[in-house]
Amino acid sequence: MSENSSNLQIAGREFRSRLLLGTGKFASNELMRDAIAASGSEIVTVALRRADLSGQHDRFANILDFIDAKRVQLLPNTSGAMNADEAVRLAKLARAAGLGNWVKLEIHPDPHYLLPDPIETLKAAEVLVKEGFIVLPYINADPVLAKRLEDAGCATVMPLGSPIGSARGVETRAQIEIIIAQAGIPVVVDAGLGAPSHAAEAMELGADAVLINTAIAVAADPIRMARAFKAAVEAGRDAYEIGLAPRSREAQPTSPLTGFLER
Amino acid sequence: MSFVSVFNELPLANLAQLARDATTVDVERALARSGHRSLSDFAALLSPAAAPFLEAMARESHALTVQHFGKAMRLFAPVYLSNECVNNCQYCGFSRDNPVLRTTLAVEQVMAEARHLVVEGFRNILLVAGEHPKFVSNGYLRDCVAALHTAGVPSISIEVGPLETEDYRPVVAAGCEGLVVYQETYNREVYREMHTAGPKKDFNWRLETAERGYAAGFRRLGIGALIGLGKWREEAIAVAAHAEYLLKKCWRAQLTVSLPRLRPAAGEFEPRHPMSDREMAQFVCALRLTFPHVGIVLSTRESPRLRDGLIPLGVTLMSAGSHTEPGGYTGAGSEKLHRTEHGKIVEVPAVPSEGEHCCATEQFVIADMRSAAEVAAKLRALGYEPVWKDWDPALSEKTPS
Ligand code: SF4
Repeated sequence: MSENSSNLQIAGREFRSRLLLGTGKFASNELMRDAIAASGSEIVTVALRRADLSGQHDRFANILDFIDAKRVQLLPNTSGAMNADEAVRLAKLARAAGLGNWVKLEIHPDPHYLLPDPIETLKAAEVLVKEGFIVLPYINADPVLAKRLEDAGCATVMPLGSPIGSARGVETRAQIEIIIAQAGIPVVVDAGLGAPSHAAEAMELGADAVLINTAIAVAADPIRMARAFKAAVEAGRDAYEIGLAPRSREAQPTSPLTGFLER
Repeated sequence: MSFVSVFNELPLANLAQLARDATTVDVERALARSGHRSLSDFAALLSPAAAPFLEAMARESHALTVQHFGKAMRLFAPVYLSNECVNNCQYCGFSRDNPVLRTTLAVEQVMAEARHLVVEGFRNILLVAGEHPKFVSNGYLRDCVAALHTAGVPSISIEVGPLETEDYRPVVAAGCEGLVVYQETYNREVYREMHTAGPKKDFNWRLETAERGYAAGFRRLGIGALIGLGKWREEAIAVAAHAEYLLKKCWRAQLTVSLPRLRPAAGEFEPRHPMSDREMAQFVCALRLTFPHVGIVLSTRESPRLRDGLIPLGVTLMSAGSHTEPGGYTGAGSEKLHRTEHGKIVEVPAVPSEGEHCCATEQFVIADMRSAAEVAAKLRALGYEPVWKDWDPALSEKTPS
């Protein structure tokens, strides 16, 4: 008997792929387009500051031309925003420019490590949800913040595995486990996953999806690496759904604590 | 407390000595460091003892740069607003002591220059001017910035004479997000010698400029030293110390570092402490290894061969197709051209006589004459995406005052 793993559901939409892709850092837009195809990803995030929002079809800012919005869900992100006001303004501008109402909420006041500001993120999420946006906030792996954002009406939470671009894997494992245990909305592990094994690990933990950018974009062969991540995400999800065997199974020769019951 | 007090306390002499006399063991220790590298590590990486490790440094530098900035190169172009100047920096073509052709562009002329660059692809423009409060006031800068936004330039920085925090505010409010100020030299003695007149004489005032700009709301800060004035390793250490300080104090600002080498200019100043191409590559790598997230800027002062070679080593922001004179792209401003001789204005005949220039004098001679399109094509050939737009004005839009 063999079954396919279940679909990912976000805000009432179903996705077969549990791999979200970021589009920065690629050596060319063509390569980015081909990597999206190879990854099988159905949700693709784009930094709004890289895109043309003027509606004038700027050929020097044409990253969106390489993403087929009919085949994938476009997920504009507010990267560059330092506070809630800026993120809200950018999201509204994107919606007005016809980019839809999904938004990956990214607010990082520190432009070097790009770590998310929890206070501004919550503020912006509350406003954007009220304004009718489907909000997917990028957060530090903070379980309480994740619940607050869920209560505010966010569609997912996207805790980081480790800092953006660090390729260190799921270093926030303990907190991610709590977030997954408590979440009533999908949990997408975002940032810091540098190897397919990291992605598989996050999926085995029960994450609903992962988002990968740097590890695919800067790989020597982004297309093959996209395929590698695709396979890892599917493997991790299957393993999670099937259930992994417990780790320690050595036979215990005696039962020091319960032996008395045998007597 | 500002960087001036931190700078005064810095063990610069010790670090400079390390940069001269580091041993192979010091270099290996600095290279093996996992996690944060210190100024001592940086000094060791700059040392002659590190030269044999250049290829290894380059490999790590490349990997770090790609990891944090991707296979992408941001591009910008300068627009020179004015070459009027009240200072007399000995190395600069615009020095008030030089009898050069001068002009200041009107706002519409700045727009014309910007439109020319927008057609070429640029969405990130650096406005450059000499220091002259009469010609280049903050009101003028504010008007230029506001006008450029309407001309389709989302990202604007300035490189002009230092201002007070309060005087920067209207410029920021108009949508300018970057402030570039080079200390020129961090060696107080050399600084004194190079700047004998005008407001630029004040070393400390200049040293605090980035912080004043941050307080006024700039989101990108650019610092650097003009290589060739003082001993380059000492300048490099001071720049690194400045960067380290700003990363902590001005933590919300994106920091970029430039390493401009002196170029031939009017006045015929000769660099006193030249830095070779190899040493420049070492400097870039040492910076990247010490500051993995800091932007490194490379201008058209350098030759195409060196620029192409430095791309994978750590550079993240490049200018291209640049002119370093006001009106350089469109010829704007030539109708107001005049010469200053010892501070006195001499009118220039409307029809230039033979051998006479028809436009303002440039600040320095550029070395990479390739057009923006040629540089972009070269980047693609090297496996880099040329990124023109990396900012949206919606991010920094201020509520109308
Ligand atoms: S470097 Fe700047 S301040 Fe000095 S003379 Fe040139 S334009 Fe004037």
